[in-house]
Amino acid sequence: MPWLTLVIFLPLVGIPVLGLWSRASDVQARVAALVVALATFLVALGVLGAFDPAVAGYQLVEQVDWVPSAGLSYLVGVDGFSIWLVVLTAFMTPVAIVSSWGVGHRVRLFMALTLLLETAILGSFLALDLLLFFVFFEALLVPMFLVIGVWGSARRVYASVKFFLYTMAGSAFLLLAVVYLWFQTSEQLGHASFDIRQVEQLSLATTTQRWLFLAFFIAFAVKVPIFPLHTWLPDAHTEAPTNGSIVLAALLLKAGPYGLLRFNLDLFPEASRYFADAIGILAVVGIVYGALVAMMQTDVKRLVAFSSVSHMGFVILGIFTFTVQGTSGAVMQMVNHGLSTGLLFFVVGALYERTHTRDLSEMGGLAKVTPWIAAAFLVATLSSIGLPGLNNFVGEFLVIVGAFGTDRVLGAVAVSGVVLAAIYMLWAYQRAFQGPGSERHGRLADLVPREIAAVVPVVAVMLALGVYPKLVLDRINPSSAGVVAWVRSVDADQTGLPGGLRAQLGPVDADEVAIVAEGSP
Amino acid sequence: MPTPSVELGPILPEVLLVGFAIVLLLGGVMVRRLSPVALVLVSLAGIAAAAAASLWLWDWDGGTTVLAGAVATDRFGVVVRAIVLSVAAIGVVLGHHYFERSGESRVEFYPLMLLATAGMTLFAVSADLITAFLALEILSLSLYVLTGFSSRLGSVEGAMKYFLLGAFSSAFFLFGIAMAYGATGSTRLPAIADALAGRTGSVALAVTAMGLLAVGFAFKVSAVPFHMWTPDVYQGAPTAVTGFMSAGTKVAAFAAFMRVFNVSFQPITWDWQPVVWVLAAVSIVAGSVLAIAQTDIKRMLAYSSISHAGFVLLGLTAAGEDGIGAALFYLVAYSATVIGAFGVVMVVSARGERHTSLSAYAGLARRSPVAAGLLSLFLLSLAGIPPTAGFVAKVAVFRAATEAGYWPLVLIGVLASVVAAYFYLRVIVLMFMREPEEDTRPDESWLPRVTLAVPATLVVVFGVFPGLIVGFLDQAAVLRW
Repeated sequence: MPWLTLVIFLPLVGIPVLGLWSRASDVQARVAALVVALATFLVALGVLGAFDPAVAGYQLVEQVDWVPSAGLSYLVGVDGFSIWLVVLTAFMTPVAIVSSWGVGHRVRLFMALTLLLETAILGSFLALDLLLFFVFFEALLVPMFLVIGVWGSARRVYASVKFFLYTMAGSAFLLLAVVYLWFQTSEQLGHASFDIRQVEQLSLATTTQRWLFLAFFIAFAVKVPIFPLHTWLPDAHTEAPTNGSIVLAALLLKAGPYGLLRFNLDLFPEASRYFADAIGILAVVGIVYGALVAMMQTDVKRLVAFSSVSHMGFVILGIFTFTVQGTSGAVMQMVNHGLSTGLLFFVVGALYERTHTRDLSEMGGLAKVTPWIAAAFLVATLSSIGLPGLNNFVGEFLVIVGAFGTDRVLGAVAVSGVVLAAIYMLWAYQRAFQGPGSERHGRLADLVPREIAAVVPVVAVMLALGVYPKLVLDRINPSSAGVVAWVRSVDADQTGLPGGLRAQLGPVDADEVAIVAEGSP
Repeated sequence: MPTPSVELGPILPEVLLVGFAIVLLLGGVMVRRLSPVALVLVSLAGIAAAAAASLWLWDWDGGTTVLAGAVATDRFGVVVRAIVLSVAAIGVVLGHHYFERSGESRVEFYPLMLLATAGMTLFAVSADLITAFLALEILSLSLYVLTGFSSRLGSVEGAMKYFLLGAFSSAFFLFGIAMAYGATGSTRLPAIADALAGRTGSVALAVTAMGLLAVGFAFKVSAVPFHMWTPDVYQGAPTAVTGFMSAGTKVAAFAAFMRVFNVSFQPITWDWQPVVWVLAAVSIVAGSVLAIAQTDIKRMLAYSSISHAGFVLLGLTAAGEDGIGAALFYLVAYSATVIGAFGVVMVVSARGERHTSLSAYAGLARRSPVAAGLLSLFLLSLAGIPPTAGFVAKVAVFRAATEAGYWPLVLIGVLASVVAAYFYLRVIVLMFMREPEEDTRPDESWLPRVTLAVPATLVVVFGVFPGLIVGFLDQAAVLRW
């Protein structure tokens, strides 16, 4: 069964339905989109079921010639890195749809764009063909741009255009590099190809490899975002409607680190080693800077946005430690961040719908009025600050262990990010939910059953991952071990790349894998 | 001197087009009240007949040139004719609708369209510089008239400007032909190539000829610095004519450009590549940057077409099949997109040229979701966002230029695409994210909408399944001589 094709394109089924069903009431349109998104989630679970945790390489690979003369193929496959991102995407999209139930104008278009986004995101996680990846990666922009720009808040147009141009500028370099690699495959391998399994066979001169690495890196660094390319993010997250914020934070940002892991490390191992220190420093700067700026925010959405900058720093740090712990931790952290930031945006959105303000100074004492919202916010907060027993702890812990293994200083500074997170998140909780209540929020509705139905599964998954991370890590580890072994097999400053070496490599030594496989302490 | 054998098969498409044009002209004179619908149908019949005659040439097994070396018979010509004729068919329908609504409908429109089309297709298959010049004049003269077809001041001004500058560029072209003849003793493309390859011709004169011809072509494809006429003419001409002209002329002129440079000047490729390089770079950059400052959508699309000319030239920097294949795909994508975009502009301005300022597009998505959706699709294709044909086209020309070793040019191209994305995006922002300012109602008729569904479908289909035509284009990319 073509699981992957099914999961990628199933959301598209909703688009003609929403487009042609012109008489649909708003509720019907939302329900239609929700049904499609839930069906996609079921298929994603099917993918998870079909996934063999023992295999390190690509699984469920489907290949169809697309433009044979150009070496372009529809090639999708899943491995330990993408499997959880796929499940996360399919899991969070219904949550996002529920979160924006209140959006009242142009509902059909809104829902259609959400589903289109889901397809583009799933496609970019599953594509193994460079150009196919680029197509999905770039196709993300338009629906996201419209979601922010049409349904966002006051400065939505500015934020959406900034988002679009920033990301497109980044991916311009990616396109250049992809075309160059394509050209190299036809020179070196005798047939043009975008298949990454073919492209990794290329032997590239050191300098070329480094330039190509940078071209890929800029595209992904904008998406992550890595300091100092993050300035689009606070605007986009803040101005987007709740639905957009959730998709952006929980799912879209993951395309960046995923791209680094999948393409940069895989295709340019020497350059990855060469730039690792610099990127590690940028990641740590991002962790601390994001946390410090978040502390200063009074707009609660902006606060969450900057906390994302900080949290994504951990992911990047983990990837560039080239240890199995760091890499697995980074992937785990991507999933965690998706869940906890998704939940945070959900709650903040619900709060905004009721109070019509995002300003913390205008809130206060809301825990008495809306205990459910307060509880959900608290869970997300505790997860964000890495409380053991909740999901984030495991990921951050693994990343920090990995970082200590390679560079103690970076690891030590990164730890401060966890401390700072505790300050800004708890402080935000205190300002919004405790203390004397403001008069005008005397009577607010709490979460309605529909919202509770979206929040509870997210919280349940967060708890489950916190208590039993082995479930996730078992599937990530083989792929982590594979990529770490690959990168480590190449020395920095090694001239030229041994073409085709990757296939001959086994995973790194068993001990290291075993440590991670035991899961959280 | 023996009489050359006369084989009319390979120029049957042009013969049919001109024949139908004459029939229409005579009909206009002799029949009192001609129904405009009949005129459209006859014109479309003429175009369809020409298309059939041209497709029949796909399997032509006669000589590579006929009529004493005047006309080429290769598949390249078949494909270019197919593009131009499709553009013409859409152009005739849109133009019919435009002039019916504006009340300026005249019989002459239809024969002029067919004559211009005949000039374009002939330009693409000329294997002799004299034939090329003849074709150039046929298409230019028809277009001058079509530009000034409306009685608005802008239209007349555009026609005047186009005519004066066009005549100037024709002179350059003709001077180039003279130089080429002086250098090699022939105006036939293969003969010029042979003379240059065999070193029997004067290289200095040939390089001069190449430069002068490049000026002539650059003018027609509106490459910087020979683009000055483009914004005024595109803005002034009736929108339907602009759509036809921007797509058709560009395709035809690029086809002739490719043929002349890849055949005649093939032995001096090293001399012309830098010329094309520079033209491509300045066109891409200037077109993208100047478009930002525009407040009229037709002018904006005019500058955008200048930058797209640069992208096609980018593909041409790779001499030979790779470059031609890439450029052909680009032309297919571009012509479908641009005629579609001007079609929507026509629909939005409702009657005549009333609402072509960008502010008329504010809130369009509310008033006419279909028009806004179509225009967004075309703009995204122009910006090169997947999964549209424009994206595949960009990748193809980037690839060709990378192969030729011109990756700095590709870098310029990708960066300019980002700049360009800004002004395309601005229109989408206006349509979807702003409230209507003026009380403008777009044209609600079904005809242009149905017509525009054709290029819209092509833009999506070629974007998602480029393989459908890449095979044909690859076969067509071989210039036989």
